[in-house]
Amino acid sequence: MSSLASTASTASPAPTAAPALADVTASDAALRRFLHGLPGVDAVGLESRAAALGTRSIKTTTKAYALDLAISMIDLTTLEGADTPGKVRALCAKGRHPDPTDRETPSVAAICVYSDLVAVAREALAGSGIAVASVATAFPAGRAARSVKLADTAEAVAAGADEVDMVIDRGAFLAGRYLSVYEEILAVREACGEQAHLKVILENGELATYDNIRRASWLAMLAGADFIKTSTGKVGVNATPANTLLMLQAVRDFRAATGRQIGVKPAGGIRTAKDALKFLVLVNETAGPDWLSPRWFRFGASSLLNDLLMQRQKLGTGRYSGPDYVTVD
Amino acid sequence: MSEPLAVRKTYKLFVGGAFPRSESGRVYEVTNSRGSWRANAPLASRKDARDAVVAARKAFPRWSGATAYNRGQVLYRVAELLHDRRAQFRSEVAAAEGLSQAKADRVVDAAVDRLVWYAGWSDKVAQIAGGANPVAGPYFNLSTPEPTGVVAVLAPADSALLGLVSVLAPVLTTGNTAVVVAAERAPLPALTLAEVLATSDVPAGVVNILSGRTDELARPLAAHQDVNAIDLTGADAGLATELEVLAAENLKRVRRPAPAEDFAADPGTGRLLGFLETKTVWHPTGV
Amino acid sequence: MTFDYAPAPESRAIVDIPPSHGLFIDGRFRAAADETVFKTVSPASEEVLSEVANAGADDVDAAVRSAREAFAGWSALPGAERAKYLFRIARLIQERSRELAVLETLDNGKPIRESRDVDLPLVAAHFFYYAGWADKLEHAGFGPAPRPVGVTAGVIPWNFPLLMLAWKVAPALATGNTMVLKPAETTPLTALLFARICQQAELPPGVLNILTGDGATGAALVAHPGVDKVAFTGSTEVGKAIARTVAGSDKRVTLELGGKAAHLVFEDAALDQAVEGIVQGIFFNQGHVCCAGSRLLVQESVADEVLAALKARMSTLRVGDPLDKNTDIGAINSAEQLARITALAEAGEAEGAERWAPSCELPSTGYWFAPTLFTGVTQAHRIAREEIFGPVLSVLTFRTPQEAVEKANNTPYGLSAGIWTEKGSRSLWLASRLRAGIVWSNTFNKFDPTSPFGGYQESGYGREGGRHGLEAYLDV
Repeated sequence: MSSLASTASTASPAPTAAPALADVTASDAALRRFLHGLPGVDAVGLESRAAALGTRSIKTTTKAYALDLAISMIDLTTLEGADTPGKVRALCAKGRHPDPTDRETPSVAAICVYSDLVAVAREALAGSGIAVASVATAFPAGRAARSVKLADTAEAVAAGADEVDMVIDRGAFLAGRYLSVYEEILAVREACGEQAHLKVILENGELATYDNIRRASWLAMLAGADFIKTSTGKVGVNATPANTLLMLQAVRDFRAATGRQIGVKPAGGIRTAKDALKFLVLVNETAGPDWLSPRWFRFGASSLLNDLLMQRQKLGTGRYSGPDYVTVD
Repeated sequence: MSEPLAVRKTYKLFVGGAFPRSESGRVYEVTNSRGSWRANAPLASRKDARDAVVAARKAFPRWSGATAYNRGQVLYRVAELLHDRRAQFRSEVAAAEGLSQAKADRVVDAAVDRLVWYAGWSDKVAQIAGGANPVAGPYFNLSTPEPTGVVAVLAPADSALLGLVSVLAPVLTTGNTAVVVAAERAPLPALTLAEVLATSDVPAGVVNILSGRTDELARPLAAHQDVNAIDLTGADAGLATELEVLAAENLKRVRRPAPAEDFAADPGTGRLLGFLETKTVWHPTGV
Repeated sequence: MTFDYAPAPESRAIVDIPPSHGLFIDGRFRAAADETVFKTVSPASEEVLSEVANAGADDVDAAVRSAREAFAGWSALPGAERAKYLFRIARLIQERSRELAVLETLDNGKPIRESRDVDLPLVAAHFFYYAGWADKLEHAGFGPAPRPVGVTAGVIPWNFPLLMLAWKVAPALATGNTMVLKPAETTPLTALLFARICQQAELPPGVLNILTGDGATGAALVAHPGVDKVAFTGSTEVGKAIARTVAGSDKRVTLELGGKAAHLVFEDAALDQAVEGIVQGIFFNQGHVCCAGSRLLVQESVADEVLAALKARMSTLRVGDPLDKNTDIGAINSAEQLARITALAEAGEAEGAERWAPSCELPSTGYWFAPTLFTGVTQAHRIAREEIFGPVLSVLTFRTPQEAVEKANNTPYGLSAGIWTEKGSRSLWLASRLRAGIVWSNTFNKFDPTSPFGGYQESGYGREGGRHGLEAYLDV
């Protein structure tokens, strides 16, 4: 992207599409040309790079650091039809003090819920510094009228959401109507206003190809996403090391081109501390250390937290922990 | 009226599709098998050998890049024209090898058959010498044979036509180009074969034929850095060893002489596969 | 706090290195006839690992005689029986793979990540693959009853000690030959541990003999009149000497020699993977790879972009303790090799190319060379023509596919080549025009026992691996 970088603004982050790339969203045709002009992705090469980084050995002090970092990056999530205020309050309590036996344990980054439970979470998290994230835009399918999606977003923001996790219109994307996807993200971005950060869920599993994931990443970043997120957790393929690595390359290249830094959130399927550490290695060696903070990298997860806690206990005591020594929420 | 005086043919070298005399201006006497003079043949020099290599190299991209089907067609055309001139070859072979006309006829027929056989191989050799390799990973992996390049061929000393065709055709059908040193004592069938090659769609330079002293021509060819392989069939043991040492300098592929090779026998695929390089291409398979 | 990886050393307790090693002749270890020895050191620390016997002419003779005596019985065994020995060996290699990997890393200096994840799995796979051929040779396309050639000599290099052993031993034994193997002077230890594996597998004495020594040992072995076939992997210079030695004999030869592979990156390449391929191509195994992509040819229109990404990626390479599981680049194998790399890199600078290396702290003992690239290189530079055999990449540019092919082929070598383009027809067009034995398209430095390996021109002749790899060991 050197040709883009040469004209990139290094000024403060722009709220929406970066000035350097303003032209590319001028029309459906221009947007298509731009997205299809991005470098292709060789699937085998991408996956083998992700696998190779997965062999990094993270030990002792580095492991302690990485476990705490991973905990602090969690968007502790419950997105079930059976969610109740009680369930959400329990999750919020867990998020504040993940390990009741060790108050040194960092709290999580956010609690992620459906929009109708934002108010409950908001109240439960008062004063904790933990953000409330709400899924919106007819999550997870995103199959609803745009007015419904915007209303969903507005409700979440009104109820106090700090972060909105929207889904893109995969149908429009796969049909090649990129400008429509772009405009919808812009509209949701607007609905979030100043108050809420916007995470844009690409639903990698439905985009199916790495080329599509790269294009969708750029599309979302152009439209003003604060984060790009792999998946809803509701389809067969969610976050994988390879598709997250690809999105990390995208945010790295986007910053080089525009000066704007965008966060990445893998979600769904990351259940073990070992897996989480592998993702942190991907961050460290792809986007770089600038992304190694909850401001720029999140894990969308639920069961991951307990495994991180057990590993943390093991590191502290030298004994393997067990499920009875972490809380069920 | 008296018998018209015969117009004799002047035998010439075949280099780059042209028929030059030796740049050295030399000739030597070619006798028949009983020792009587038959013609003068050009006594090629090391410079002629050098020119022949240049011509062969120049011809290589086009010949090796031609479709295998096309090379087969061209070789088949050579067989046709060889057959067309069988009377001339019969007489040259009979004189060179001391054969009866009938036996010489059979040799010429065998040479024609040999060419037809190798012509048919052009578009099959890749299927017996190449193939898909089932590597343990997400890769498409294919091995294909490719021609080695410029091959210097020391034609067999005692089989002036059938032997020559038997060593030359496999080199050509697989896409190599050749610099041939004809049998020293019996070069005439080779020089006449050049005339067949020149009129049968073989691109200029694909085959170059030199007559002269094997001893004198083989050394510069064996040492030449732009020759990729050498067939020592026509060298005696002492010379062959010396040439093999020279050939090591750029790691030419060397075919050592086999004692008493029977060119009338089924040739098998040994020579066909002799001047090929296996190229293996990997490509990932993914979406 | 930053995310610096704490040391993660692989334990060397798994391997017990005897203080001295004999020659493996006729199924037993014994001292050299003249009782001379030499030391083998760890290139990462210069620590002496062990003493090994230095085989002389008498030992070569004894080993060849042992192989000759064993030949009759071994070649007469049904293929299925030979296969069983090789399958046993393959399994033993798998069982002891961590031990072998650690020993390889100690003696060679390569990162444990590579010896563990690349070398050892390929070694075992190679034995499995050729074990399976032993009783199927009549179907291999070399005639109805192919025969072994007799006593074979394997002379192997130090860059992949055990893998090169496997490439020689597995096909030789599967086809019914016996072998005398000469490992490289600086990396004898895994071959000697392999000899113990052969003992555990109860391989009949004399079927495989292993002679440690230097170049003189190898030369004596190649010249021995009792040897029917020579399989050599190493430098082009020595390959030529071998070709001269065997001239006029009946000995067959296969040579896997040097290379100066062109690695072509087109403007439409999958750039992130191309950069990864470039890194794999030249920094894998410290660049001690005959097929290394040492000559990067980038299309001028993307050269700046590729170089920027490459430099960023090179900055993440971790150089250091080969036993550390996070090390990407280990030690240079010997002081001699380090001197050669250093001299060529200096020549590159002296000839006006621009040298760049990421800042990285190199250990104070041992032999080290930072990953380095040169820009502004032309075909006329020594670093674009000579094999450096180290972590040094020369970067050139091209404008058109035709120019790329012309430059790529402009070398006496022809072992491997790489292509990065997303356009299928261009990739195939290039693959058919590159004069090289292996063409990696959108990948690099991939190896497999089923896949023939070997070069054009001065990169040697013959193929190892796959069905093609049988030919050199059969009397066809």
